[in-house]
Amino acid sequence: MTTQTIGERIKRNEDPQLLTGQAQFTDDVHLPDMLHAALKRSAYAHAEILGVDVAEARALPGVIAVYTAADLGDFWQPSPLLVPPPPAEHIIFNQRTAGQLARDKVRYVGEPIALVIAESRYIAEDAAELIEVEYEPLDAVVDLHQALTNDGPLVHDDVGSNIAAHVIQRKGDYEIARAQADLVITRRMLYDRGTAAPMEGRGVVAHFDPLARQLTVWDSTQAPIPIRNGLARMLGLSERQVRVIARFVGGGFGPKVMMFYPEETLIPWAAMRLERPIKWIEDRLENFVAMTHERGQVHDAEIALTKDGKILGVKDVFLHDTGAYDPYGLTVPINTQCTLLGPYVVPHYYTEFHAVFTNKTIVTPYRGAGRQHGVFVMERLLDLAARELGLDPIEIRRRNLIPPDQFPWCNEIIFQDFTKLTYDSGNYEPVLNKARDMIGWDEFQQEAPRLRAEGKLVGIGLVMYVEGTGIGPYEGARVQVEATGKLTVATGVGTQGQGHYTVFAQIAADALGVPIDQVYVSTGDTSQFNWGSGTFASRGATVAGTAIYAAAQQVRQKALKLAADALEAAEEDIDLVDGFAQVRGVPGRRISLATLAAQANPLRGAVQPGTEPGLEATAYFGPPMGATAVGAHAMIVEVDPDSFNLKIQRYVVVHDCGTVINPLILEGQVQGGVAQGIGNAFFEQLHYDESGQLLNASFMDYLLPTANDVPTIEIGHEETRSPLNPLGVKGAGEAGAIPVGPLYAQALDNALAEAGIEILEIPLNPCKLWEMVQAAQSKVGG
Amino acid sequence: MKREVTLTVNDRSYTRQVEPRLLLSDFLRHELALTGTHVGCEHGICGACTVLLDGQPIRACLAFAVQADGHSITTVEGLAAGPNDLHPIQQAFWESHGLQCGFCTPGILLTLLPFLQEHPDPSEAEIRDALSGNICRCTGYQFIVEAARRAAAKLREGSAQ
Repeated sequence: MTTQTIGERIKRNEDPQLLTGQAQFTDDVHLPDMLHAALKRSAYAHAEILGVDVAEARALPGVIAVYTAADLGDFWQPSPLLVPPPPAEHIIFNQRTAGQLARDKVRYVGEPIALVIAESRYIAEDAAELIEVEYEPLDAVVDLHQALTNDGPLVHDDVGSNIAAHVIQRKGDYEIARAQADLVITRRMLYDRGTAAPMEGRGVVAHFDPLARQLTVWDSTQAPIPIRNGLARMLGLSERQVRVIARFVGGGFGPKVMMFYPEETLIPWAAMRLERPIKWIEDRLENFVAMTHERGQVHDAEIALTKDGKILGVKDVFLHDTGAYDPYGLTVPINTQCTLLGPYVVPHYYTEFHAVFTNKTIVTPYRGAGRQHGVFVMERLLDLAARELGLDPIEIRRRNLIPPDQFPWCNEIIFQDFTKLTYDSGNYEPVLNKARDMIGWDEFQQEAPRLRAEGKLVGIGLVMYVEGTGIGPYEGARVQVEATGKLTVATGVGTQGQGHYTVFAQIAADALGVPIDQVYVSTGDTSQFNWGSGTFASRGATVAGTAIYAAAQQVRQKALKLAADALEAAEEDIDLVDGFAQVRGVPGRRISLATLAAQANPLRGAVQPGTEPGLEATAYFGPPMGATAVGAHAMIVEVDPDSFNLKIQRYVVVHDCGTVINPLILEGQVQGGVAQGIGNAFFEQLHYDESGQLLNASFMDYLLPTANDVPTIEIGHEETRSPLNPLGVKGAGEAGAIPVGPLYAQALDNALAEAGIEILEIPLNPCKLWEMVQAAQSKVGG
Repeated sequence: MKREVTLTVNDRSYTRQVEPRLLLSDFLRHELALTGTHVGCEHGICGACTVLLDGQPIRACLAFAVQADGHSITTVEGLAAGPNDLHPIQQAFWESHGLQCGFCTPGILLTLLPFLQEHPDPSEAEIRDALSGNICRCTGYQFIVEAARRAAAKLREGSAQ
């Protein structure tokens, strides 16, 4: 029988290494003669730098060098714009990116000012403390509305305002919708800042070997190939001389895609200058202020509906906090604009945002990448409309779902992949129904009155979202059957826990009939594969997976041709099974793929012109547009009437991401996403004071959900294959995290319905809930 | 000003000269090149650096190497019987997909080892409570809990033989 692993709950290839502590993360790299780096970072959110005195630091025994911006000379440069602005209808974009070390001004707490290189990390940190920075503090821009006005401090004087961008996108004409509406709901909604907090912080180790003329960089990054390309360019090297390694990364979630964090260029530069390997590993405090954040928007949103609850149009005007610089362009707010539309028919849509600079950490995509905010707005508007119209939340959603025969469905506006937002395929009502059944919606409605009479504050919620996944530009893969018998897969899409070493192996193993434990996957190492962008936007399985599939199919064709010759049989009579090419029905007539591979690479003899050696193929996949997945989350929650703490009684996810390659890994992704969503909804909020100081930069004060806070999640699947790739896959990495905020809002509005609250902000916490209940009750005079 | 420490790590004795302020986590990872113990926060909350000191779980980021002088440490490298083996706990995590990026995993394994010795048949609530001092950002804990249950079963089976 040919092995079929796609669809199976296969154990992961990478786990034995990880479980025995033998996987090499960046800080696990030890090189002889290695030096250590530390950074002096800004203590102010906004200040002029009048002087930096490094004399005492340089004099400390064990310190090798201290660099400020002036010492970088020509190497000092603002980082590139990683994602240019999309071709939206109306767009103003002010690009401002940071140099590696601050020169005249600092614009956020944590911005790097000086780099110390020393014999040990301890000495480097001692030296950093000895650096004296003379600041002229300036008023900080913290509040988004204040940032928008022109009377107040400017983050970038030369922009003339704090506006980083202004974008308007339209579908149809919202004024028509409003004119026809039976009901218009208008609300202001708030979605506040959080951080990804991967358990492994950022780190870079750089080693330039002067004899080999090779620069090797270990970097805890999600995108080693762009880093390699940029470093080669900046350092005057050939790409062939630079190798970036990120084979094991302890969690990425988005913020580890960057080109560049200052340290990513400073450390290699210093390593080449000092001719010794240098290691820099950030600590958690640095991670809080210097790794990028996300969330941070204020929406003024409006929905126009008929009295039957059909959406006529939506208008959304919002502010997006981009932080002190905008190297990642407009990916996050564009995702907000697009994902707001959800699985619904929205005939008219007006969406406008201002991205504003603030004196806070830079904002770049973090799992969800702006989708959360859009989904929150739409789901809340629907819930509020449902309440007004006397519909239940499920019914109002059902009435607006895009029908299954309407795909591909074009929403006109421009998506983060620079194409018109188009949903490739989908069947939404089964997902809604399954979630409703799994959570026991009807049973709850029957039980609830009795429970509430007993004083239990129980509530239920169900929300939906559509997630654009699997976008380009492209990924590639090289698949090879070696004479060793091993099947190798090399690609540019690395893994930070998503199981790519396994999922990618499954695709190739199935195509060639090779046992999965004979597959060697190489990723996260630029010396192994030359082209690709990286792991982000839920695209690994879809884009790299398809390239692997294509390359594997080409190798399959080559193998069958060679086997047909060797076995003197017709290609169509040959099966590939367990590493052999086997004539069907004739057990003795077979040849191993290893032997075929060896024969395809002869040491003597003549090779036919136009042939390639070995059993190898390289293929690329550039999807014309992304594949859209859909999901529904539902939960039953109980609020403690005294502490306002929550107990989640049940949590259901129904998910449609097309073909599932490994259900075990997929479930892990959904569960992990939900946990981050729960953190985002109820535990995690970054608190800034009016001078731009981050007040809760530690795990004591920024609460991550623990095993006691995340419930068991019940997962249901639907499968609507994507027509955009042969495997029919869609992405799933961010799905769990996206709709949790509005789900909490709906379920808690329901649980606290007697108080008559209306939740319009995320994150929540027990104090906020209590305050809302107090405010609502005092309005009623009770 | 360095001090001499002698300690046993994974049944092997080491003697080294260390500064008093050298953290135990840094000593294990960089002095002894036992990089399986990871550092997530350096302020004692996340539990990634959990190792056993005389059989009890401690945060290696909150201890100094000099405090371990004369003591016995177990790290994740000491769990399996040999280089190609897996401890039943490790095997259970593999079977249950109890890890994703793997960074928090060694700390979780070392937390569970003494817990399962004391609670050979734990309930889900007990497992979750035992794990509440280990933060995982990838998994949402569900498969970790399953892995712990599976590990408990394997250990009961093993000790019954």
